[in-house]
Amino acid sequence: MIDAVTPAEGTAPAPAGRGLWSRYLRRPVGVAALAVFLLVVVAGLLAPLLAPHDPNFVDFALTQAPPDSSHWMGGDSAGRDILSRLLFGARTTLYGAAVACLTGIALGVPAGVAAGYFGGLTDRVFSWISDAVQSVPGMIVLLIVAAGTGADFTVLMVTVGAFMAPGYYRISRSRALAVRKEPYIDAARVAGLTHVKILHTHVLRAVHAPVIIQSALTAGIAMGMQTGLQFLGIGTASEANWGQMMNDGFRTMLTHPLILLWPSAALGITIAALAFMGSTLADLVSVRGEPAPRRRRSAEQAPEEATDRTGALVHPVEASALRIDNLRVSYRTPHGDKRVVRGVCLDVAPGEVLGIVGESGSGKSQTVFSALDLLPADGRATADGIWIGGQPVGDLSRAGRHALLGTRIGYVPQEPMSNLDPCYTVGHQLMEPLRAVHKLTRAQARERAREVLLRVGITDPDRVLACHPHQISGGMAQRVLIAGAVAGNPSLLVADEPTTALDVTVQAEVLELLRELQREYGMALVIVTHNFGVVADICDRVAVMKDGRVIETGAVEQIFAHPGDPYTAELIKASQDDTESRAELDAAWNKAGRTVRA
Amino acid sequence: MIRFTLRRLLSGAVLLVVVTSASFFLAHLAIGDPTPGLLGDSATPAQRAALREQLGLDRPLMTQFWDWLSHAVRGDFGTSWRNFQPVSDQIELRVPVTLSIVVAATLLAAVVGLVVGVATGLNPGGVLARVLKLASVVLFALPGFWVSLMLVMAFAIKLQWFPAVGYVPLSHSGTQWLRSITLPSIALALGAIVMIAEQLRNGFQEVNNQDFVRTLRARGLSARRVTVHVLRNASPAALTVLAVMFVGLLGGAIVVEIIFNLPGIGSLTQSASQIGDIPVLLGLTVVTVVFVVLVNFLLDLVLGWVNPKVREK
Repeated sequence: MIDAVTPAEGTAPAPAGRGLWSRYLRRPVGVAALAVFLLVVVAGLLAPLLAPHDPNFVDFALTQAPPDSSHWMGGDSAGRDILSRLLFGARTTLYGAAVACLTGIALGVPAGVAAGYFGGLTDRVFSWISDAVQSVPGMIVLLIVAAGTGADFTVLMVTVGAFMAPGYYRISRSRALAVRKEPYIDAARVAGLTHVKILHTHVLRAVHAPVIIQSALTAGIAMGMQTGLQFLGIGTASEANWGQMMNDGFRTMLTHPLILLWPSAALGITIAALAFMGSTLADLVSVRGEPAPRRRRSAEQAPEEATDRTGALVHPVEASALRIDNLRVSYRTPHGDKRVVRGVCLDVAPGEVLGIVGESGSGKSQTVFSALDLLPADGRATADGIWIGGQPVGDLSRAGRHALLGTRIGYVPQEPMSNLDPCYTVGHQLMEPLRAVHKLTRAQARERAREVLLRVGITDPDRVLACHPHQISGGMAQRVLIAGAVAGNPSLLVADEPTTALDVTVQAEVLELLRELQREYGMALVIVTHNFGVVADICDRVAVMKDGRVIETGAVEQIFAHPGDPYTAELIKASQDDTESRAELDAAWNKAGRTVRA
Repeated sequence: MIRFTLRRLLSGAVLLVVVTSASFFLAHLAIGDPTPGLLGDSATPAQRAALREQLGLDRPLMTQFWDWLSHAVRGDFGTSWRNFQPVSDQIELRVPVTLSIVVAATLLAAVVGLVVGVATGLNPGGVLARVLKLASVVLFALPGFWVSLMLVMAFAIKLQWFPAVGYVPLSHSGTQWLRSITLPSIALALGAIVMIAEQLRNGFQEVNNQDFVRTLRARGLSARRVTVHVLRNASPAALTVLAVMFVGLLGGAIVVEIIFNLPGIGSLTQSASQIGDIPVLLGLTVVTVVFVVLVNFLLDLVLGWVNPKVREK
């Protein structure tokens, strides 16, 4: 019943802006929830004025009476007016929830801020206490406390609040931790501000929005616990309260269900209102921002902007390994569709190496993902035609296109560590496609995996097969990924920035490995890169991309000698300015004696 | 692996000792003199003093504490102050009832939460995902006893599908037992179901955006096989919620048991707290914390199996 799992957690909340309140009022669910909650608050505050009768006045004629004109909700088993008791009960409910929230805030927020801001021992001690409190079934402790204090209501709600403190602790800690890493905190330190002052001005400001959201949740849970206790007969027996009313109704539920229904509805609606207020606020504050508009059918989409074909097709269709004709890619965003590729044409022949060069955001990766049919769900690609191995893929079903992956096409990703599944061994990840896609037996798959690992320069394949990704180095992970890409004997290898994430010394080895494999298997190789150095090393032809268009294409020597576009010249110059790292790279390469290093 | 296990067991033992010790002092501090509760208001001061002496309450608190702790570590929780029956006998009688509904609720939450979580994770824009989001907001906050009352009204009284109250032991009749724990288990599980489903749905979205999922697709793996990878990566957060929920369910079971008139630890806790029967209350605390420690230990083992990286931290 007590727990501090908060739906708000995990979505890093941005600081509450000034517009939060007005944005909240634009959410119908939030407005409705707030209105209901305010109604309960007003009912509770004005109960002495609003209640038609004394909540404790007993009129035997009213015992279990059905609703009538002067007793709108009828009478309870003791002959008291239910509506009046409900109104006065709202006071008790709200008071208890407020006490619990304030206790939770008073205990959890300072401890969380201190733990997140100072870290170290403070963090460890407080976090241990918080975990310990969370692993105690609070109801039992509450009953122990209730046994002694003669069931003093305020003390009970303070205890409830203590069990809510871990929820506040965790959100305050994670916010303080995030703020601590911000550069302006260091600046404030250098400027001579004391910790107390920084905590007060910067950290508390970052913490307050999540604390409000947490309070909406906590208040709801505290109301549940409070009525639960009152239901058991613990708490304010003398004053009207919803839990005791529910108990009364529970006992006469068979004959007079209405007596149970009224307080249950009041409690359910109040808690639901708090929950929706909390979730609306959490939606507004979370950095995820507005949800993207729903996927629309392509027919309803804005007419395609007329685009010119860019780039060139130099091989006949039947002699191409990959051919892309007039590719357009767009992404749905909250502000409408964003075009990232505008009319790209390119092709590559078997045995040829094509480089796609451009700075980040030029659409080069999107181009290859479209060819592989691997765009994210909110991306959309259209083309006049895409051919793989001379076959038009537009004629194929989605499953038919998918069947090309891992068989005709191999893919080498950019960032080696994030492209291996951390939960599975290297061996599993290499063997699973061989068994599932290529229908090899377990033994055959293992043999093939060993073989390709040896081929990519891993000298102890059996050990590496048994490793999990976190147990191998980045360079080795990239070799594993290359092994995975070529294990299925593809005729087309697509490598997306295959060396960018690697150490300079490893980069040269990986490029050399790709070239060797490309020649050995006679594959067509498409390399996406921002680095003309890579192009010079390995490519036959190059397509230069900018703003989703191919601005120049041609043989590598020709482009290096006579760049047709100033942007190309700039890119070439940038990679040559990088001579230091190039020299370093070559030196390392020679030093390694051209032996492949694991 | 062995060091990991030992370390986990040790920290569980420390938690157990700290929490139960704290409960000991809290109970004595809160209750003070239990004799009015035990003997009633009509007892004379002499009778009360005699009972205090008999229960050993006239000794210094630290002496009482060491006495209790040294017996407790050997599994002896003393006798009830009310009926002088061994505490462990009473708890033994009632734990199976509570465990029946808590374990059933946990299984229900795990299975239904998994199915709904995967279904909404695979289709995050679908109708089910919207319903889940709505349900998770409300059901997370609504207390189990409130849900119990609604379920009783609907399914036991209106539709009469299930008995409203009472417990049939498993040894007596399997189907009757199942019928008697169905509503209480559902009442306890509803909140946990939506929390776990919501956690999995979020996890799916996060994992789906990770690079290795695209690479798995690029290797030609079927959608079903990729889903297995995504699920395994998304499950740690959901499993953690399940373990936290288990603690919550133990507490929530107390009120739910009373509503359904189940002879579990709930009614024992309630009656013991009303008369200040400290040995019974402490025995109950130890038992529940032991369950919590065991569940957390199991969770750590499972998390370590799901993603071996966590074992090495």
